[in-house]
Amino acid sequence: MKTKSIITLVAIAVFGMLAFSSFKSENNNAAAEGYAIGDLATDFKLLNVDGKMVSLSDYKSAKGFIVIFTCNTCPYAVASEDRIIALDQEFKDKGFPVIAINPNNPSVQPDDTYELMKEKAKDKGFTFPYLFDAKDKVYAKYGASKTPHVYLLQKEEAGNVVKYIGAIDDNVRSASLAKERFLANAINELLDGKPVSLKETKAIGCSIKV
Amino acid sequence: MKKIFILLLIGVLASCGDKKPEVASQEMSNTMEPINESVRLKSSARVPSLNFDELNTFLTKENDSTYIINFWATWCKPCIKELPAFEEVAAKYSEAKVKVILVSLDFPDKLESQVIPFIDKNEIKSQVILLDDADANRWIPKVSKEWSGAIPATIIYNGNTRKFYERSFTYEELEKELELIL
Repeated sequence: MKTKSIITLVAIAVFGMLAFSSFKSENNNAAAEGYAIGDLATDFKLLNVDGKMVSLSDYKSAKGFIVIFTCNTCPYAVASEDRIIALDQEFKDKGFPVIAINPNNPSVQPDDTYELMKEKAKDKGFTFPYLFDAKDKVYAKYGASKTPHVYLLQKEEAGNVVKYIGAIDDNVRSASLAKERFLANAINELLDGKPVSLKETKAIGCSIKV
Repeated sequence: MKKIFILLLIGVLASCGDKKPEVASQEMSNTMEPINESVRLKSSARVPSLNFDELNTFLTKENDSTYIINFWATWCKPCIKELPAFEEVAAKYSEAKVKVILVSLDFPDKLESQVIPFIDKNEIKSQVILLDDADANRWIPKVSKEWSGAIPATIIYNGNTRKFYERSFTYEELEKELELIL
């Protein structure tokens, strides 16, 4: 009798858990899957604002890449432009160039046409490639959900390994008010041969328009 | 025997409860404090500017109302597109104690020049709050562990029942989700 009751109880418990776990898996968010820390990031071949195609594999001597999904007019992206230029200047010569990618589809977000990207790059004096991703959807493979959204990659034997995902720093509005430079700290740790201590942060941003 | 059964059942339910996204809200309710009136007075009477800890009191109210908290900005096109749905739900469900709060993520220097004119022009009736807190990495996970940080984003909650959505809504979709919580 006792054994039977226990079996019944266990059955009820297991059934309950299954019922609830299936309930939990009901996904009400459209968040992309994308990369986690330690994953190998895909290379790509995207059109740059200078008319040439750019791939990560073009950078033979790079130690890694600062891949930033950004766009022309999102206020968070605009507020980050000077910081992105400064990051490129600080880290390109150390082996970590910036690769900026605009993931927005201009038919949904008319401010993000290739022509306007060229203007933006010229006006701001971008020192890094600014790539048009409307067709290839590289952003989806990475799992970028907004602009700006940073992926720090380190070139290793297996390929480009994701080392940091998130925000540039802890103040999306103003570089001078930032107390912690998440991305720069992560690159400096890699340059010192150390593991990245803060691997992921949350960045506020404009949803990618596709 | 019966006692064991009940205990086991409670155990099962409680363990499921832990996995729900409400974990964040439990953390938040510890810091719940009534909003400081001087904060309101400093900012626009129409749209208070609050830091996250101040805003948090609106995300963790424990009463019999259902709150729909929508994170938006005047420059965010999908946000602007879905605002009428939130306004309509607020009007239709006001007697069911549903309150809509629109949390603007516009930059604080745009409050007078963009946010308030936008509210006037579109005759927004819901309460609007400007979140003036630049350290997004600190507060995004407190809003929801599921939030990547993109807007629009919405919370619907009633007491401890809480759902988070990183997506856009039509009126029908919003009403459907609300009905699940009411």
